[in-house]
Amino acid sequence: MRYLMLVCVDPDDTGQPEGAPDIEEWVSEMDQKGLRVLGSRTRPASDATTVRVRDGRVLLTDGPYAEARDVIGGFDILDCADLDEAIEVAAKHPMAWAGVIELRPFWPFEEKEEGKEEGEQP
Amino acid sequence: MIRFTGGDWDLAEECAQDAFMQALRTWPESGVPDQPLAWLTTTARRKAIDRIRRAAREAAKLAEVAAATASRVAPAAQDGEAPDGAVLGGAVQDGEAPDGEAPDGAVQGGAVQGGAVQGGAVQESEVRDGEIPDERLELIFACCHPALALEAQVALTLRCLGGLSTAEIARAFLVPERTMGQRLFRAKQRIRHAGIALRVPPPHLLPERLPAVLYVLILIFDKGTAQAPEAIRLARLLVELMPDEPEALGLLALMLLHDARRATRLDAAGDLVLLADQDRSRWDHDGIAEGAGLCERALRHGRAGPFQLQAAIAACHATAPSAAETDWPQIAGLYGHLARVDPGEIVALNRAVAVSMTDGPAAALRLVDAIDRLDGYHLLHAVRADLLRRLDRHEEAAKSYRTALRLAPTEAERRFLSGRLAGTGH
Repeated sequence: MRYLMLVCVDPDDTGQPEGAPDIEEWVSEMDQKGLRVLGSRTRPASDATTVRVRDGRVLLTDGPYAEARDVIGGFDILDCADLDEAIEVAAKHPMAWAGVIELRPFWPFEEKEEGKEEGEQP
Repeated sequence: MIRFTGGDWDLAEECAQDAFMQALRTWPESGVPDQPLAWLTTTARRKAIDRIRRAAREAAKLAEVAAATASRVAPAAQDGEAPDGAVLGGAVQDGEAPDGEAPDGAVQGGAVQGGAVQGGAVQESEVRDGEIPDERLELIFACCHPALALEAQVALTLRCLGGLSTAEIARAFLVPERTMGQRLFRAKQRIRHAGIALRVPPPHLLPERLPAVLYVLILIFDKGTAQAPEAIRLARLLVELMPDEPEALGLLALMLLHDARRATRLDAAGDLVLLADQDRSRWDHDGIAEGAGLCERALRHGRAGPFQLQAAIAACHATAPSAAETDWPQIAGLYGHLARVDPGEIVALNRAVAVSMTDGPAAALRLVDAIDRLDGYHLLHAVRADLLRRLDRHEEAAKSYRTALRLAPTEAERRFLSGRLAGTGH
């Protein structure tokens, strides 16, 4: 199962707490295990560009989509057996120690539509 | 399961997961089978056979198709597709069991990522071999996954493994049945969408699941007389499993202390008997001694949690020689402590009752009137009515008794409240 791992940093972050894992080691471990498909640190929110198309016109804004205290500092795509494994991978990432990591499951296009399968919508 | 799938850990795990999902879907309607783990094993084997056959069919197909499609992942078996029993056994004899040599990418793709999880799977089988000494308790731990909110863990587990109806769970959480139905639906959906695996956790991950397990067990206990012995059995096993967890000790103590007074709660006519009027000679004094002892043992750890404090309060009541000799200041103090570690409306209400015995009904009434969000709870109105009655405000008491009467869920409670209402003369 694939997960988008959003690595969010706290802008007021004062640095890595003691005992936090090393990012290079994390990358090589997860690559070696085949759990990390792809990933990168990203430029800060101030370098972001938001794109909208409204009435057929492309509207651009410089800056991030949402004002938030914790902003995305990078991402990884994980390929894990289940959430437990993804949590294990995320918890070993240094930014889990100083910022926040969000795991978003990929939308499963191969599966049947929700609800039809279960037939128990409340 | 691993032996059954010819050593294919991934297949074994996935099928176990499928079986679990089917249990989540069907047990609430059909009831929990007598041997849940045996049921899960059988179901998982059927799922495995299903997948093996599908993989074989797919392999044949894929061989014909271009290599580009070979990397596609085999679609997950849908719930409810388990083949019937007739298929069981056939696949293995036919020599269709997978041996990890399936030629197509569908199976191999899974195996690549699986390499890293094998360690975990081995551990899991060791847990199954006896770390948790009971199948049902194992399944309860498996169901209480920390990626679900605590309430969702508890509600889902009660529904699937605790034998409680959605209405009963809704009552326990003081929410409308419809709300609880939606929460249960969302929890099941989240399990599927987020890829949450319901499996028995390795020993080092048991403590983080304990809070939900404790609530599950106490709510099974609270369901009624028929479920209480099973809940006590499970709590004893939990104490055996985690002897140094004071809250597990507190839970067992609380159950034993409540259970010891069970025979005297209703009279011969089935009417409610208040604690103060119960015949204390008919209490189970061995049970009380055991419960009080466990409670002391728990509190010696110096980490008093909600279950230990509730057990301590129950012990105060159960060990008082008579109602008049009840140590109310101690009980009020314990409720104060409980309100700090586990703030909530129910605790606040119980605390008010204790305060009414130490500081009088007027002080207690002020506490009751400060409670928010409990308007649909019959006991709030019953307590309020009782306090008003003791303050000789009979007309207001009658009004609160009527509200309580309207909300009370059991016949015994309604009869009790009717009697009290008649006593007000209004």
